[in-house]
Amino acid sequence: MSDKASGEGIGQPVRRKEDFRFITGNGHYTDDINRTGQTWACFLRSPHAHARIRSIDTSAAEAAPGVVAVFTGKHVADDELGGLICGWTVTSKDGTPMKVGAHPILALDTVRYVGDHVAMVVAETLADARAAAELIDVDYEALSAAVALSTCQNEKTAQVHPEAPRNTCFEWELGNKAETEAAFARADRVVKLDLTNNRLIPNAMEPRAAIGEFDKGSGIYTLHTTSQNPHVARLVLSAFVGVAPEHKLRVIAPDVGGGFGSKIFIYAEETACVWAAAKVGRPIKWTGDRSEAFLSDAHGRDHLSHAELALDSEGKFLGLRVKTIANLGAYLSTFSAAVPTYLYGTLLSGQYDLPAIHVEVDGVYTHTAPVDAYRGAGRPEATYLVERMVETAAREIGMDPAELRRRNYIRTFPHQTPVIMNYDAGDYEASLDAAMKAIDYAGFPARKSEAASRGKLRGIGMSSYIEACGLAPSAAVGSLGAGVGLWESAEVRVNPTGNVEVMTGSHSHGQGHETTFAQLVASRLGIPMEQVEIVHGDTDKVQFGMGTYGSRSGAVGMSAIVKALDKIEAKAKKIAAHLMEAAVEDITFENGTFTVQGTDKSLAWAELSLAAYTAHGFPSGEIEPGLKEGAFYDPTNFTFPAGCHICEVEIDPDTGITKIAKFVAVDDFGTVINPLIVEGQVHGGIAQGVGQALLEHGVYDAESGQLITGSYMDYCMPRADDLPSFTLGFTKTESPSNPLGMKGCGEAGAIASPPAVINAITDALGIRDIEMPATPARVWSALQAAAPRAAAE
Amino acid sequence: MSVVSMTVNGKPASADVEARTLLVQFIRDELGLTGTHVGCDTSQCGACVVHVDGRAVKSCTMLAAQAEGAEVLTIEGLAKNGDLHPMQAAFREHHGLQCGFCTPGMIMTAVDMIRRKPDLDEETVREELDGNICRCTGYHNIVKAILAASQEMR
Amino acid sequence: MYQFHYERPKTLADAEALLGKADDPKILAGGQTLIPTLKQRLAMPSDVIDIGGIKELDFIRAEGDAIMIGAGTRHATVAQSADVQKHNPALAALAGGIGDPAVRHMGTLGGSIANNDPAADYPAACLGLDAKIHTTKRLIEADEFFKGMFETALQDGEIIKEVTFPHPEKAAFMKFRNPASRYAMVGVFVSKGPWGVRVAVTGAGQNGVFRVAEMEEALAKNWSPDAVAGINLPAKGLNADLHGTAEYRAHLITVMAKRAVAAAG
Repeated sequence: MSDKASGEGIGQPVRRKEDFRFITGNGHYTDDINRTGQTWACFLRSPHAHARIRSIDTSAAEAAPGVVAVFTGKHVADDELGGLICGWTVTSKDGTPMKVGAHPILALDTVRYVGDHVAMVVAETLADARAAAELIDVDYEALSAAVALSTCQNEKTAQVHPEAPRNTCFEWELGNKAETEAAFARADRVVKLDLTNNRLIPNAMEPRAAIGEFDKGSGIYTLHTTSQNPHVARLVLSAFVGVAPEHKLRVIAPDVGGGFGSKIFIYAEETACVWAAAKVGRPIKWTGDRSEAFLSDAHGRDHLSHAELALDSEGKFLGLRVKTIANLGAYLSTFSAAVPTYLYGTLLSGQYDLPAIHVEVDGVYTHTAPVDAYRGAGRPEATYLVERMVETAAREIGMDPAELRRRNYIRTFPHQTPVIMNYDAGDYEASLDAAMKAIDYAGFPARKSEAASRGKLRGIGMSSYIEACGLAPSAAVGSLGAGVGLWESAEVRVNPTGNVEVMTGSHSHGQGHETTFAQLVASRLGIPMEQVEIVHGDTDKVQFGMGTYGSRSGAVGMSAIVKALDKIEAKAKKIAAHLMEAAVEDITFENGTFTVQGTDKSLAWAELSLAAYTAHGFPSGEIEPGLKEGAFYDPTNFTFPAGCHICEVEIDPDTGITKIAKFVAVDDFGTVINPLIVEGQVHGGIAQGVGQALLEHGVYDAESGQLITGSYMDYCMPRADDLPSFTLGFTKTESPSNPLGMKGCGEAGAIASPPAVINAITDALGIRDIEMPATPARVWSALQAAAPRAAAE
Repeated sequence: MSVVSMTVNGKPASADVEARTLLVQFIRDELGLTGTHVGCDTSQCGACVVHVDGRAVKSCTMLAAQAEGAEVLTIEGLAKNGDLHPMQAAFREHHGLQCGFCTPGMIMTAVDMIRRKPDLDEETVREELDGNICRCTGYHNIVKAILAASQEMR
Repeated sequence: MYQFHYERPKTLADAEALLGKADDPKILAGGQTLIPTLKQRLAMPSDVIDIGGIKELDFIRAEGDAIMIGAGTRHATVAQSADVQKHNPALAALAGGIGDPAVRHMGTLGGSIANNDPAADYPAACLGLDAKIHTTKRLIEADEFFKGMFETALQDGEIIKEVTFPHPEKAAFMKFRNPASRYAMVGVFVSKGPWGVRVAVTGAGQNGVFRVAEMEEALAKNWSPDAVAGINLPAKGLNADLHGTAEYRAHLITVMAKRAVAAAG
């Protein structure tokens, strides 16, 4: 292999192809695009968490300068547009389907959270639209609101939807209740903990945006939007909302500035822009500002849980039972029902041989923004619970937390857990050992006493996480209530001059697919990466795709490319055999050259590509001209990235400030295509996890339902000086469930890190629990509460 | 409306705009230089950082009229004669960007940082990034890139 | 933002004349608070008078036992000034810690104190250093200038020209930043000078910056961190929010005061 090829091959830290446009200011995000004749939209949002709309008077707004049109829920209803949907149906333990409240694009008679969409003003300029929106006179009858998760199921609490008594959307369970009860009955020790998984607000740096257009001549609608999955958006907008039939709707997701889940979902604003574009006969642009993002992007997490872990006298886990109340917000978002159920309960076995598990989850409505998948989606909540329980158990029985984990690790594969998942490969002790070595676990006591000599409290905490990624086998998710299959598609187009375009259904919004996917294709075809173009994010160019989330683009998206490349190679060999007058079986393809085995006859990739299109003398009926193949890949199993993260903190007892002194992450992602990009994914994930553990909290006023953390003034985003540099390591067991052996790396950091941080803080403070985020104020309060006890001891 | 004129990336630029036009709107909407981004409305995220008369400022927190007659440098003007600025090159080399949205502001801030503090260490870089938020990278590689560029530019 | 009329006078006299003529003007200095306020449509001035182009407001002069700083001087300029660093390093450090680097390139001394944000840093320096505030109409002692949250002694049409900071013998500012906004949640400026001892607190009080008599008396007797370490301030009158209780802020005042005294030497 040439130096060039080895430098770009699988496993090489190739610098990203997409970077040039971003570092020179030449990216094209949705808000960078402007269309001829474009108008601007501004949404009037509910100032109330819960109110009846008695009337809406839009006359003053309609008469305001520059206003083109004003739309309300009545216009939407008159057009018989469907509401926004949840694509996953969860069934309650009594066998009834989840109770779904209507989710109109613009509110009709009731608003259900602060920020709910009441009207859309379309005007010549954004300033005109904003000014006019203030002139809309809405007569609200303010009602009491269901805000607090702990009380929203009370009989007397305000109801979010009439369809869901006690605000309960579903009461779901998983696992074996009787076996779990029996395990607890014979336990030597039971560890109990109440845990909160704090509400987070995603905050991709690019706010959501949309440009809706309608071409009168063709009847085709076009929507440019900030989406992680433009085809799913098109499907929902066509099949459920009914904006336009699929073949008359083009959805383009150009450069997208981060998603973290929040841009998977189909929202009111984007929908309204494309729908109304036909009404006003001009393109309509909407760019959300950060305040709107806080109010109306789907939030993440927000669980209250009670967990109990049963152990025998040797520290072997016997059973786990969990009761969780999961906040769904005011409406079901696109995948919200799946997140606290099938993406959560199924991971409660962690890395452990846990013979009996029973989990109950109540999904509840509140008068708050919808809650849906946010980086990790269900799996961080599961990992947090399991790893907090394990650490607490270790402390209670006086065993080293690492040792307790070792005693309970799963060591043989495949391993069937009591909660659906069948783990296919892993070596959990390897990552634990590597992480302990990297952080110098043995040296911790010395570091702790050194810190104490400076008046600081030092603590260490670990987290052995597992996640289910590579979402997902279509049959499996279908049987669990998904409305879609979770395969991926790819099409490889070889041009006559030998360069290649790859159409993928995955979508890159920071993940670097243009590089990693090109690395894969280039190394397979033996051509330089610069001759490979990865095309994504346009329903007109890519036939179909399920998009990017759930760490699926490598394991599923790239597998589809591998399948398409298999077909390309097969056909190319056929052509080569014909051209070199040999049998297909005798053709080998290596480093971009086709050779007839045992001869000096060969054909370069470029020659073959050209020949495929000149097609001179192809035996008719045997070889079609051209070289283009597509494939759909449906995974046979989830993948199971796993690893061990260890965090060491130092706390200033005077101020309560927690400083992360060291953070080590050792992950097993199976095959890694580009370590530079994979490391970047881990860094970002850890930062979001540390953010959850120390800084971030979406807070509503419990009475009024106003969002208190509605801007960066109160919602604490991780800054550079909140974080250390991270120490990363990798172990490797290949996934047997896809052709490349990949597992996925996008969410691991966000999943693994919160319990590591909180385990370290509780260790430093010598307390059982502290609620996330462990802000300086909370840490200081915990110290004050502990102080009299310490003084008494 | 009144005409505001300035020099942007070495070229004269002027437009007839409302008094309330922000510098970032002038740059993006009037000049079509869309590399400068808007990521928040409270002057905290730093996606909009440009240089005005050689100093990093948040172009979302400045009226275009305040920059009358000024020399403005945006991300589009950083590379000279087709050669990337060492900071741009370092961001690529060290994978200091993922989605790319915060990147122009980060790079402009970083260039200004080195102008003021040629001798950077990790702690200083992290403190100096106080006004720039990135959601993708965890800052690890941004810090690495800035430190590398500061060596390069010495 | 609502529409407004914009002027950028070149002299103080022109600025005063423009202010006199306007219905409901706002003075734009660095704009780092005013522009976000305008963007959020929380203010609707008829006229915005931009004093950023007035050269006579942009200076730093060390004379005798004080430093005079023009109201239009940017935070970054103050932080980097050799004179300020030499005679009043606590003030230079304070200016160098306001907001973030880009904010410091625009924000001005006059803008900060005229706005009197309860979490702003400069008010603590003014009060903590017994500063004199010179306006187009008069001289105002710092003790008389800050009148509560976003309230000052300034009258309509009155523009701050400069602030005189007498040199302290010892001084330091310690700030506990709000983790989200990065504004001071508790900032304590301590000083010792011809005026005696001063302890000024920003960020924590419901009515903006204030002095702590108990700490001043203790430090006057014994200038050492220990002198304030045992002082527990009442939580009454302090802010309480998501980021911390009033009790927490009261505690932080003591911690920051202690650290400031230690830093001042």
